[in-house]
Amino acid sequence: MARTRPEPVQVVKQRRDAALNAIVDGVPYIRFLEIGFDRRGDELTGVLNFDQKLIGNPLLPALHGGVTAAFLEVTAVITLSWEFLLPKIESGELNASDIADYEKVRFPKTVDFTVDYLRSGLPRDAYARAFISRAGRRYASVRVEAWQDNHAKLFAQASGHFLMPQPTTDGK
Amino acid sequence: MVDKAAIARQFIEAIPHARALGLKLTSIGNGEAGITMPYSKELVGDPRTGVIHGGAVFTALDTCCGAAVMSHPSAPGGTATIDLRIDYMRAATPGQTITTQATCYHITRNVAFVRATAMDEDDGLPVATAAGSFTVEGL
Repeated sequence: MARTRPEPVQVVKQRRDAALNAIVDGVPYIRFLEIGFDRRGDELTGVLNFDQKLIGNPLLPALHGGVTAAFLEVTAVITLSWEFLLPKIESGELNASDIADYEKVRFPKTVDFTVDYLRSGLPRDAYARAFISRAGRRYASVRVEAWQDNHAKLFAQASGHFLMPQPTTDGK
Repeated sequence: MVDKAAIARQFIEAIPHARALGLKLTSIGNGEAGITMPYSKELVGDPRTGVIHGGAVFTALDTCCGAAVMSHPSAPGGTATIDLRIDYMRAATPGQTITTQATCYHITRNVAFVRATAMDEDDGLPVATAAGSFTVEGL
């Protein structure tokens, strides 16, 4: 049997980017912190764009520890949501406009989150990547790493547990 | 005599990110601190429900824990977070101010141990609790 012809690259990119933008852009707090996501295939990298308002220690200066934590948590939740929603987006079950619909799409909820501060966050852009250690039907465990100039020198890492969105009782 | 509480309030409220979140120091002294964070549409984590993002609650708790460490009688000066764990009990009610309260319950020459809670206007069940360790730094 002949395999089906692959979709044109722009169709694939358009669909995935539209879905990712719908997940990220709707959240005011993500916009407030000026966090963006860089997508390469199925891999996401969170990007924290530096701004003076993110400073927590004006003397050093250094990023606020809460900003670092929020950046890691946002990266964890978006990565987890992306992994969870991507198969539905690819199959056509969901499209970008469905993501704003509370009845159709729910996001994972943070149960707990633990941040290790390894060195102070410099006043410049930061990057983060999340690794899903386990995604069960009810709970997920996620590890996140963040770095700045040098990927080998993490400035923070975190791990957290998340409650996965439950299917509605009518089986949908 | 210098008013340590007034200096601490000025210090906390001068932090650029604390200003961005509208954090206000309501009490400080003897290893305890209280900070409030008003509700703001900019801090919403789910636009469909209007609930504040957990990251903003984390920041209020982290700032409050740092203030508690600095106010401890045995703390010589500054501090930085070594690690902080947050447990999220429930969603904060949209429109309500978050109130955080932190206690530095033990301090050594190098490390301070802190616990904190975050409440909204329903003080029956915390929105979140935190536990962490902080560095002890000279001035």
